Amino acid sequence: MKELEVILDKNGLIVAFLFVGLLTWATDVFSKKALNGRIPGSALAIGLALVLGYFGGLFGEGEQGLADLSYFKGLSTLGGSMFRDFAIVATATGASFVLIRKSGMLGLVSLALGIGLFFAFGVAIGWLMGYRDAVSLCTIGAGACTYIVGPITGGALGASSEIIALSIGTGVVKAIAVTMLTPVLAKWIGLNSPAAAMAYGGIMGTTSGVAAGLAATDPSLVPYGAVTATFYTGLGCLICPSLFYLILSTILG
Amino acid sequence: MIKGLALLAACFLLGMWCGAILGTWLGIDANVGGVGFAMVFLLLSKEYVTNKGWWNGEFGFGLEFWNKLYIPIVIAMSASLNVKSAVSSGVLALLAGTLPVLLAFGVVKILLKQVNPEK
Repeated sequence: MKELEVILDKNGLIVAFLFVGLLTWATDVFSKKALNGRIPGSALAIGLALVLGYFGGLFGEGEQGLADLSYFKGLSTLGGSMFRDFAIVATATGASFVLIRKSGMLGLVSLALGIGLFFAFGVAIGWLMGYRDAVSLCTIGAGACTYIVGPITGGALGASSEIIALSIGTGVVKAIAVTMLTPVLAKWIGLNSPAAAMAYGGIMGTTSGVAAGLAATDPSLVPYGAVTATFYTGLGCLICPSLFYLILSTILG
Repeated sequence: MIKGLALLAACFLLGMWCGAILGTWLGIDANVGGVGFAMVFLLLSKEYVTNKGWWNGEFGFGLEFWNKLYIPIVIAMSASLNVKSAVSSGVLALLAGTLPVLLAFGVVKILLKQVNPEK
């Protein structure tokens, strides 16, 4: 047994392949046999992975969910931003450049709308919870955009580490909420075309949430959602600590 | 196979570079749309490679593999998110993380109705 433990520990990424493969296989079977395919297997696998991530955090006491447990540490490599972005780019082979260009304007509008909406709502909730200073409110609003915009904005404005942690938490909750709600609400909002996916990606913004949500809804829409969502974090990092902070500190006097 | 993978890697690095340059140019410490640029490069090179007749076999498989690996990667990503701290980071994080999302779904619905009034 000792030998196996050493092997598992040394080959984390390979263990992650096996783990994700088994999880996908089990959820595919469950989706087909027990649910008649009403919920896609990949949606179940993503949901189950989030639950496992919760328990991983509970027992591992780290910041990377299930990957905090030493046998599963390869999951943070496989699911890290390098492989994630690389695979998202690869999905572009299934996209049409003509369609992306045609909906470019819609994508731009939705980006501006999305960042403004999440920031304003985040600030409003921060205000209701008793925060009154522009730096804290701005950091919380930025966290409501994505869990990367939050800490970058907080860092730029000199927010306290407690507020920065709060903004990261807010962003992660958002990513999870988008992941879980997208397959449920996709039909209701009319998320069924490349143009719709581009608008959706621009408004939701959180690349992890958009990527996972679309994967669970309709994988062929992933490249269209990703192509706009990828600009969201960058634009958020640009606007939140500058323009939005100025507006906010002017309003608050 | 490896040619497709190399093409993907080249587009990826080139796109990330553009995103980093744009970030520096805008004066922020973040990559602005690197993935988006990379996707555009890949779409343009795919066109070129297909016109040359090299797509099937030579290039296609290397790209198709990573295209298919995308969902497993997303599953691994979900499992390695800090779900516990997100759930336990307080009422504010839970509210500010979920309420705007619900509203945003409504906004997407309205926006799409404006664009496709016939549906």
